[in-house]
Amino acid sequence: MDMSPTRVTAADLCLVNAIEDGLPLVPRPFEDIGRRCGMSEAEVIDGLRRLQAEGVVKRLGVIVRHHELGYRANAMVVWDVPDSQVGDLGRRFSAFDFVTLCYRRPRRLPDWPYNLFCMVHGKARDRVLEQVDHLARECGVADIPRAVLFSGRRFKQRGARYSRPEET
Amino acid sequence: MDIQDLEKRLLNDFQRDLPLEPRPFLAMAERLGVTEDEVLSALGDLRDTGAISRVGAVIRPNSVGASTLAAMAVPPQDLERVAALVSAHAAVNHNYEREHRLNLWFVVTAPDADGVAAVLDDISERTGLAVLDLPMLEGYHLDLGFALQWT
Repeated sequence: MDMSPTRVTAADLCLVNAIEDGLPLVPRPFEDIGRRCGMSEAEVIDGLRRLQAEGVVKRLGVIVRHHELGYRANAMVVWDVPDSQVGDLGRRFSAFDFVTLCYRRPRRLPDWPYNLFCMVHGKARDRVLEQVDHLARECGVADIPRAVLFSGRRFKQRGARYSRPEET
Repeated sequence: MDIQDLEKRLLNDFQRDLPLEPRPFLAMAERLGVTEDEVLSALGDLRDTGAISRVGAVIRPNSVGASTLAAMAVPPQDLERVAALVSAHAAVNHNYEREHRLNLWFVVTAPDADGVAAVLDDISERTGLAVLDLPMLEGYHLDLGFALQWT
């Protein structure tokens, strides 16, 4: 995946912030957003299509809060994978339907030796641990160091904000 | 369709498929065989009960502005206080406790990398604790939503 930032205009930024906060639940939400961003309804819709096509918007829809729906076992599973294998393994992990996110991140030795992260959401802890074992066996990495970090308290959860403080 | 079925369909079928047309909730209603009002009112209820956070977008990290995942090892008796200090930053969105020596994990987003670094520095300075900066280097799996199991 290309990680370089996409050039976005001030109008795009307004659009991104508006849709990250969530659409107003009214019959014509894009008209409403357009008023806030100084755009017509059609310009908002075209802008969102373009941001989707460019991959800036990964998805647009109902953003579910898993915890409230009973998905209380949320594990961040981290692996210390040889650097030469991390891309290959990341792609293989991603093929499993219970893996919801998978990223490469840097190690920070000596505190943090892990370079591959994936998220597994489930309703029960035991089941999540079984899935992680299954993943490790199927991908032939049962022997490499890993850790499973279940989430505890949630202190904050909302969409990101990219606008500069003086613009909010 | 009863309310429960409508809510299940709304939760499951529209995580990534919001119709991009002037009346998206009407288009959803037509697909589900209900009225636009029923869709709007069910979505409002789901939001009020916390089952959904919003009808909106997930933005690819680092596509507009910069972001990172940060981790701290906080003495357990200080965790609530430090977590509140971290959450108070407008640049922090997710902020979770995790079961590990590194027990506080949060995401920082800002217009650029300097902005992210400034937030991490501020948190480190105000808590006297180290903050690990773990930015995404490569993504293998896009967040495309999640099939819910009802049983």
